[in-house]
Formats: sequence, structure tokens, C-alpha cells
Amino acid sequence: MTAVPESAKPTSFLLDGRAVDALPGETILQAARRHGVDIPHLCYKDGLRPDGNCRACVVEVKGERPLAPSCCRIPQEGMEVATTSERARHSQKMVLELLLSDVVETTYTLGSELETWARALEIDTPRFAPRRQPEPDASHPAIAVNLDACIQCTRCQRACREEQVNDVIGYALRGSQAKIIFDVDDPMGSSSCVGCGECVQACPTGALMPAKEAGLIEPDKTVDSVCPYCGVGCLLTYHVKDNTILQVTGRDGPSNHGRLCVKGRYGFDYITHPHRLTRPLIRKSGIPKSTEITIDPADPSDVFREASWEEALDFAAGGLKKIRDEKGGQALAGFGSAKGSNEEAYLFQKLVRTGFGTNNVDHCTRLCHASSVVALLEGIGSGAVSNQVADVAEAECIIVIGSNASENHPVAATFMKNAAKAGKTLVVMDPRRTELARHASYYLQFKPDTDVALLNAMMHTIIEEGLVHQEFIEQRTAGFDLIKQNVAGFSPEEMEPVCGIAAETIREVARRYATASGSMIFWGMGVSQHIHGTDNARCLIALALMTGQIGRPGTGLHPLRGQNNVQGASDAGLIPMMFPEYQRVDNEEVRQRFEALWGVSLDPQAGLTVVEIMDAILDDRLHGMYIMGENPAMSDPNLHHARQALAKLDHLVVQDLFLTETAAFADVILPASALPEKTGTFTNTDRRVQLARKALDPPGQARQDLDIIQEMARRLGLDWQYHDTAAVYEEMRQAISALGGISWSRLESQDSVTYPCWTEDDPGRPVVFQKDFPTSDGIARFVPARLIHADELPDAEFPFVLITGRQLEHWHTGAMTRRASVLNAIEPQPVINVHPEDLTALDGAEGDLLTIASRRGEITAYARVDAGLQRNEIFIPFCYQEAAANLLTNEALDPYGKIPEFKYCAVRVSVNRTAEA
Amino acid sequence: MAVQFSEETHKQFEDVLTRYPTKQAAILPTLWLAQTEFGYLSPAVMEHVADLLDLSPAYVHGVATFYTMFYKEPMGKCHVQVCTNLSCTLRGAEKIVHCLEDRLGVKVGQTTGDKIFSLSEVECLGSCGTAPVIQINDDYHENQTPESTLGLIDELARQAESASTSGS
Repeated sequence: MTAVPESAKPTSFLLDGRAVDALPGETILQAARRHGVDIPHLCYKDGLRPDGNCRACVVEVKGERPLAPSCCRIPQEGMEVATTSERARHSQKMVLELLLSDVVETTYTLGSELETWARALEIDTPRFAPRRQPEPDASHPAIAVNLDACIQCTRCQRACREEQVNDVIGYALRGSQAKIIFDVDDPMGSSSCVGCGECVQACPTGALMPAKEAGLIEPDKTVDSVCPYCGVGCLLTYHVKDNTILQVTGRDGPSNHGRLCVKGRYGFDYITHPHRLTRPLIRKSGIPKSTEITIDPADPSDVFREASWEEALDFAAGGLKKIRDEKGGQALAGFGSAKGSNEEAYLFQKLVRTGFGTNNVDHCTRLCHASSVVALLEGIGSGAVSNQVADVAEAECIIVIGSNASENHPVAATFMKNAAKAGKTLVVMDPRRTELARHASYYLQFKPDTDVALLNAMMHTIIEEGLVHQEFIEQRTAGFDLIKQNVAGFSPEEMEPVCGIAAETIREVARRYATASGSMIFWGMGVSQHIHGTDNARCLIALALMTGQIGRPGTGLHPLRGQNNVQGASDAGLIPMMFPEYQRVDNEEVRQRFEALWGVSLDPQAGLTVVEIMDAILDDRLHGMYIMGENPAMSDPNLHHARQALAKLDHLVVQDLFLTETAAFADVILPASALPEKTGTFTNTDRRVQLARKALDPPGQARQDLDIIQEMARRLGLDWQYHDTAAVYEEMRQAISALGGISWSRLESQDSVTYPCWTEDDPGRPVVFQKDFPTSDGIARFVPARLIHADELPDAEFPFVLITGRQLEHWHTGAMTRRASVLNAIEPQPVINVHPEDLTALDGAEGDLLTIASRRGEITAYARVDAGLQRNEIFIPFCYQEAAANLLTNEALDPYGKIPEFKYCAVRVSVNRTAEA
Repeated sequence: MAVQFSEETHKQFEDVLTRYPTKQAAILPTLWLAQTEFGYLSPAVMEHVADLLDLSPAYVHGVATFYTMFYKEPMGKCHVQVCTNLSCTLRGAEKIVHCLEDRLGVKVGQTTGDKIFSLSEVECLGSCGTAPVIQINDDYHENQTPESTLGLIDELARQAESASTSGS
């Protein structure tokens, strides 16, 4: 038997005369609470560093003269602690009375901890004079600031500075004048606040509250669910009254530990936006489909008429059936969505494969991580992440490349920033300097399009300096010689002028990555959305393999997933060449298995991908589509092309919440349900399968997506009878072996379980590839990459490089977030980020309207200065339909992943002097 | 950039950095340099200091506002600081404060309209043996009486006036 180290043993002590134990690291306050004794406390909150400033939690320790703050005192063996002795109580009450005299009597929240403790300790109106109170600050659209309720406990400051690491809140002045400030005492709305609301969640008195007094309304119910936005997969709670969400609070989920961002916390009222579709719509006869989108989503009656569900479904399925029967299944295609649940994705692909009779089913992962997935499958046999975000706590070196995590994966970024603060080496590599770079030990602003040069130069260094993990290479990989030969010509010195990073810096970072006890790599769309996206990812994989930085905690490869269910939608088979669980459709044995499961014969040919489907429509090979929750008329590259294709379809069925740009081309629109209106599972970037629970009823006649898919299926001749979501999930579990141990009932009790998980008592595998890789022989493969340039390089006519992406407040094509009042109030207008010197050279100023033109289109947006860009680089978020960045982008594809080059095309920029600002 | 250290101050700042283990540790001398250069610490100056030290503006503001000797508002050319701690008060400091308020037409904490004098009460200046003491900018004036203080003020006002007329 191994001895338990002294520090890991519980401590015995006397609590109010009772013998109790404290676990290692537990404070008196925490241990007491675990034993049913609640000591008054205000400045202490679980998850935040104990600060001991309010003194409400003082207790008497026998033999000690001063009272001890129980929130930051670790009990010692045999200590005798009195929590309610006369001295302790007197002091606790005095603190509460003094604090009570500091605040006004107005109640800002039903859950004021100060009021609760004051009542519990029977404190009347305080005897002390009130202090001078600051004015209320209503400058932020989501957060009401009433510092006349503030007790300066600094929970908000710790939440902002230490937990979320946004560093906006400070503590100014001193003594009786001390107060909480934003930046340099700015109003919150004009400060650098990112609206994550962590301070609101931390505030014990209501001094910081959701706007519109949401904290004063008693909810009918609270429902535990999952955030509908990015791939981080934060668990949250909806507070609901009268079928409306009052507010959202973060839950202690494994990926967020109570944290949320501005979208997750304040971006929920899109659900009740007046544009919400509540009745099925059918295109009026004789209304042509134009590539100029002019329909008013608030009143589409010029183009569409309302219809009953029966009529709409018959018409929707009938049109598809007619094409199938006359022209064959290959003339049809479906786009599922990474925003829907696993069950929806699974049923949708099953409908296309078994009802349409084709593998033409894809979704937006094609536009985000298709290249990464190809490289990962080819190299290590699995497209999912090897390690979870939480592993940054175990790592020693963290590389984040081509990812603006602070805006696109805000809560994941907080854990990266926590790691950086804890002294880990954070390396940020990105042509555009983003917020995360401020926290980095190394920031490498390489030239756009030169990822392979930079990464090969790192590998060159690692090999040249003998930093490879020889044993790992020999035992677990193949093809190292290919890499060795390939990178021989990529010395840092030769690559310095190519990628713009000093050779010595490349060498330092390479050494750090190779020699750290654990190194992780995170990447985003900056890596994947290039015609060499697959090559970029191959280099990252090769780096991890040659240094053995994979297969252990705190190591590995993590392509950050963009949407809440990209991982799950891919797992569920919304991929034209793969059945669920990445089983290739052209594999005879696999196909037979699925034919047995689904009881029909299946198409042996791989289907078409997103952009190929558009090409096939224009080539007259494809005539009908069913699009569920996707918006290709905004998200595809070179939108003119995509919109022409959509307009050319004989029959288009769109299932969505709103009349999106894509729905404008529909023949029939089926009103669907938002995430808070449904129950289903969603798989986050960490491979965690998480349960969302229905909190609201859909408005009007809008229906559950799962019901709609089944109604469509029945009309296409499939006899489907799924009684509930669980039934779909359980069938999907038969198709996806890695979910074997995750039953529906387990999800109902545990909310979040990591796959692969083989049995009910298997806790799941946060770290995979520990012994082997899921390739045919268990061995990983090195695949070398050469330097390839972007498809369209800048020239004299189009001298700028356009990078597209997202903003913190807006998600994907903006269909939801631009209809969320808070988010739209913060970022209401289309912007183009320009380097300040470029803007001066253009004779423009911040706020000017700029016209941006590429060979494919032209848009107009407001100039925003961004010193994080390099000269001759511009950045445009793609969520603004009035200035759709994808009208400009290039549809050139990566040959392996078929992903378009969203991150690089040539444009020209000029100040628009004609349009009125 | 709206606010930036002059080349000379920046050189001093670089020198300050060499004396501390981290940038954060150099915050007080850096704020001091900033006050010397700009006269007071405006929000823009604090943001510049935050930028130089890789700190958040809120952190810098928190430190700067903790110390009364960092000025958050523009100060007069002559900062008259009257010690009103125990020894000085026993020896008549309050009378000096009152006669200064009368003479300058401002209250403690204010600056004259011509931006020549700012008046403050301060805690012990560490010169109890020569109480009452006033400090004008960096200079001590000891064993003060209302009369001697007003004489000093008149002299400073004269100097300021001649400086402004000769300068114009």
C-alpha cells in the first residue's frame, strides 16, 4: 500500500464543539458549509480567489487573540473553531451593519446576499450615517450599474480581472471614497468592457445587475441547458417567466465553470424577435427568384403567402419527391446545420441518404474545419480534438495559431489567459494581432498565407537541434524521413523574409514547444480557410508527432470548433463522403452495416460538398434542396455565385427561425425552433456530449425541427416513428460506437459526458491517443507540406489582402445575433478594420464609409482603426447582410478539404465620398 | 497617439525599468515621471502608462487614485500645501489655511482662476520642530505665520506676473 502524502490527508478540527474534517486545501468556511454550518460571508464566492476583505465571516479560534476570516483560513489539526460565539457573532453583525449603512435601501435584486445575511443575523436599520452615493450608470445595454448598492467586496473585480482576465474593472480611491471603476472611471458602456457579465454574476448586492430590472422578477422556473452559440459548450441556466427568458446564468459545466460571454449571457431575445417565423410560408406563384435580396423579413407578404402545415409539408416534400422520381436522387441535396442537435443532424442525414437516395448532404463544417479534419484523419485517424481546453492547466507551453479565441471562443480564451497568468508560455501566432496577444509570452505576427513557411521552419529547428522525440517517432509514427527531407530546405533564416518572423524567434518558440513538459496547439479558421488549409494542419500535426507532444495530459492538437455542434453534426454524418462516425460511404462493409441498421440500400458514391453542390446546380445536375438552419446565401464564398445557384433551383425547402437570406430563395419555408425551445444533445469542441433541455414553447405554429424532419420523411415514403428525442439518440448511439457508454438517462443525470466512452461506468476519455492512434495500424503518419501561395495574390489593381471572420458580438451570418437586442446595440453596423496608416494613406478617417471591391463584388462599410493589422491587410466580419463580406471572397478550394479560401483574397479599398454616412 | 512621453522622459522610463524585476513593479516611479512631464495624471496619461507597463488602465487608475500626491486634475503653478497635523495645528496652521483661502479666493482643494495657486491641506511633513510648515512645490517654508505666508504668496504672485508679461 502506498502511503498517502501528509498534504493529501484530511484535517480534523472542532467546529462549534463538533469533531469534523477538512479536505486538503479546504478553508474553514468551505469545510463548515460541507458539514451544514453556513458562516456569513459576502466577499467570498466559490470559484473566485478568497480575498478576506469584508470580514463578515470571522470566527473565533481558541488560543488566538484576533478573530480569523474563515474564508481564507485553512484549519489545522485539532483547532477549535467557534462560528457563533458571542465575540464572533458580535463582529459579524457589526460588519453587516456597517456595510448595510453603506448602501441605499432600494432593492436591485431578489437574491441580495447582503440582505439575506442581514435578515439571518437580525440586523435592523443601521445606526451609522450613510455615505455619499455615486450616480447610477445606465450606459451599457445589458448591465445596470448602481454603485449605491456596492459594498466594495471586489468580487466583480476578481471576476473581471482574475477569472475572465478582461481587466476592465478596478478599485479606485480609498477609505470611505473607495469605489469600483471601469477602465479609468469611464461609464461602463464606453469602457473596454466586453459585456461577459461575469461581474453581474459575481455581485452579491445587485450593484451590478442585468438591465431592465430582470433581477427583480421571480421566475416561474429555471431550466438547465446549453449555450446556443460557439463550440466551447458552456452550460447555463435559463430563468423563465411566462414563456420568456428573463436572464441567463452560467452553470458549473466542465467547459465553462460558470463563465459565459456576452452572447451566451445576453444574446437570447432573438427568440422573440418580431421577424421570427411563426407560420409556414409558400412562395406566391409567378414571383421570380432574384439574386438581389430585397425581401423584408418583417413582412414577406409580397413574395410569400401563409399556409397550413399540411399544405406546406405536402408541397415541400412533394416537390423534392417529384425531382427524385423524375431525375433521380442525385438531383437532390440537403444542408444540415451545426447549430442543430445531434439528433437533428442524424435524422437529417438519414433522411437525405434513405429518402432522397443520395449522399449529397453537407453542412457548414465544410466552410470551417474541413481541411483540419482531412489532415487529422489522414495523419492520426480521428478528426476530433486529442485534448480538452481545460488541459491548458496541465500544459507548459500553449500555441494558439490562426484563432481569435477572445472573440470567437471567449470562454475558452479565459482559460488560456488563466494559464498564461499562471506562468505558462502562451504563444500566439496570427497575421492579425488580437486581444489574446496581450497575454502571450510570444506573439508572432507572420505574413498572411505563410503558415507553412513558419511551421516548417520550426520543424527544421527541432530536427536540426536534435529536439525530436526519437522514441515516439520510432514507435508510434511513420514517414518521418519524408518530413526530414521536406523541411531541410526551410531553415528559419531562409524563412524569415518569407513569413516575416525573425529566425531567432522561430528558433526560440520551436525549442520551447519541443522541450516543454507538455505543449498544446489550438487552431482556428486562420489555419483552415486557405487553399493550403490541409497543408497548414498537416504541419501542426507533424510538429506534435515529432516532439511526442500528443497522447498525454497537457499536450495535443485542438482545432477549436466554431459552432455549438460542429463536432456532433460531423459525428452524426452530415458529411457527403461519410456515414455517422466517419465511416466511408464507399466502403462496402460499412455500407452493408448501415443498410442493415436503416433497412434500405444506400448510395455507394461519395456525395457533393457545399461549394460543389452550388456548382452542380449551375451545371443543371442538381434541382432540389432541403436546407435546415444553414444560410449559404451569406456564408458561401463569392455569394453572387451561390445566390445564382440558389435562385436557379426548381425546388428549395428552407427550415429556419427567420426569413434568412437563403430563405429568400425558398419555395417553401418551414418555421422551426430555437435551441432554448428544444431538448437534444450537442457535442462541444472538447468531445463533450451535453444535454440541452427545453425551456420555452416555440412561438405561434413554429414546430420542433425533429418533428418537421419526420413529417418530411413520411411524405418521402419513409415509415419513421420516433416518439421522442431520446429514441433518435438511442438509434444514433447504435451507429456511433464511441457514444456506447453514454445513454440518454446518463445524460439526463450527468448533463455532460466526454466521448469516447465505451460503457455506462466509463467516465469518458478527456485525453485520447495515449497508447495508439485510431488508424488501421495504430500508427500516426507524417505528411509533408510545401509552400503554396493563396489563389489570388494582391496586385496593383487590388492591393489589399482581405481577411474575413467574426466579431465577439455576432455569430456566423448574424441571423440570430443581429436580432438579439443587446448584441445589435453593441455592434449595430457593418465595419471594416483597417490599419491606421493605411486609412491615413487613403485620406480617410475612422467612421468614414469605405468601398471595398474584389474581382467578384463590392460592398460599403464603416472604417474602424485596427492597429493589430499589418499594412495592406483589412478585416471584415461576414455577418452583415447589408455589407456581406462574402460577396468579395474567393471560392477557390483546398484540394483535399474542399474548403474555400475565406482568409485571403485581393481587394481594393477607397473612401466612399458619394454615400451619406 | 494623443499622449506620449517625450524622448527625454522615455529615456528615464527605460532606466527606471532596469531597476525593477517586473514592469508592474515600476508603476510608482513611472507615474511620477508622467506627473512631472504632464503636470497631472489625466485618464489619457494613465492609459499611456498602462500601455507602457502592460497593465490594464483600471489597475493604473486604482494605484494612481490611492495616492494623494498623484494629481488627477490640473494643478496651479505653485502648489501650496499646508501641514495641518498635530504640531502645526497647535502652532496655528488653521489660521494660515484661513488667511490663504481669503487671500487666494479659493477653498482647500481648489486652484485659482489664473492657474497660479493650488491650495491643499496635507498630513505631517516631518518637520514638527519648525511648525507650522508649508510646502510650496518641492520647497519647505518653516516657522510660518499668516503674515510670513502671505508675504511668500505676494512674492510668488509677483514672479508669476513678471514671467507672464515678459513671456508675452
